Amino acid sequence: MTESRWTTLAEALRKHSQEVIEQWVRLQSRDLSMRNNLLKQGELDQQCREFYDALVQALDAGGTSDVIASESWAPVRDLLSGISRSRARQGFTPTETATFVFSLKRPIFDVLRRELEGESVGEQLWQVTLVLDSLGLYTTETYQKGREEIISRQQQELLELSTPVVQLWHGVLALPLIGTLDSARTQVVMESLLQAIVETGSSIAIIDITGVPVVDTLVAQHLLKTVAAARLMGADCIISGIRPQIAQTIVHLGVEISDVITKATLADAFKIALTRIGLHVTRKLSSQPRTETGE
Amino acid sequence: MERIPILKMGRCLLVSIQVDMDDRTAMTLQDDLTAQIVKHHARGVLIDISSLDVVDSFIGRMLANTAAMARILDADTVVVGMQPSVAITLVELGLSLKGVRSALDVERGMELLRKIANDQAEKADPDADQEE
Repeated sequence: MTESRWTTLAEALRKHSQEVIEQWVRLQSRDLSMRNNLLKQGELDQQCREFYDALVQALDAGGTSDVIASESWAPVRDLLSGISRSRARQGFTPTETATFVFSLKRPIFDVLRRELEGESVGEQLWQVTLVLDSLGLYTTETYQKGREEIISRQQQELLELSTPVVQLWHGVLALPLIGTLDSARTQVVMESLLQAIVETGSSIAIIDITGVPVVDTLVAQHLLKTVAAARLMGADCIISGIRPQIAQTIVHLGVEISDVITKATLADAFKIALTRIGLHVTRKLSSQPRTETGE
Repeated sequence: MERIPILKMGRCLLVSIQVDMDDRTAMTLQDDLTAQIVKHHARGVLIDISSLDVVDSFIGRMLANTAAMARILDADTVVVGMQPSVAITLVELGLSLKGVRSALDVERGMELLRKIANDQAEKADPDADQEE
């Protein structure tokens, strides 16, 4: 009973495939008229055709109503997830992506109403609605997953990009911090700084926070932890790049950082660092060589 | 039972911890070290922990305590070669080892001890003449 019903449906859809697809593409083109810069006409046409063929075949293969899990619907699901992923990347909204499936309802209903007679129409329509709804939801879900993958990949990239440890001089490291510090980032920052200290045998590290927009108690805490860990390993830390507002915030918050050397600019911090390792900078080619730093 | 060797170098004592410390080894080390400081009139203690990958709160506190004891016996303690992971663990545990000096490696640790000794000698200069 079930088999024959699905087969009839598939036959009806196959017979009118040309008509249904054309109407479907037209409906979508109207909805997506604002988006024609994102998707070419030919591309949409091809997507629709492929999907429609797969749909009819799945129905033909004796489709159960279990669209999301069954084997015979696997090609349809694969197609859909491919489409919705690519749309997520191209910047379509979830509604626009789901419309791809939902706008198929109208053409199919039209065909079924003409093709089937009597009481079976209602039942068939209901079945088709169920199938298309499940597929529509599946599309939205994959779309969401695609977006989440993009976000998590970008987060990872940001994490890797944002913590470079640079060597300013033999034995002097600098860590220019850019962006907001949260616990995860601080962990990476701390690890890469300590690792660099061991690798280069540096005794002084300058943490430059010029690029950190906000310093709250948590960020200050994280900074102090990093300084404490470096101190335990035998390296001194200097915090530089403290902007006036940040200095005010730190004092207002009552954060105790008096046992850390702080400087307003990276240049000042570097000067101190050079003095610490016993170097000083002098001006060359001058009748009276002037000492810029050092004792 | 394992004992950690304590080497004498001039007026400094050198301890290199190369095995995983358990609590008994740590306590024995503390006993031995304080005894050796008194015996050799040591002015500095250098503890090399570069082979230690794991440090728990007990060992961390033991290091701090040892430093405090050495301080009472008039010797300065320098911990050298701490691994990044160990440093992070100690900070997360809230043990920042106040009163313990640290250096990157044994060479710099020795230099630091020498510098501390010189500073103290300078400070105590007026009286030191009569003493020596």
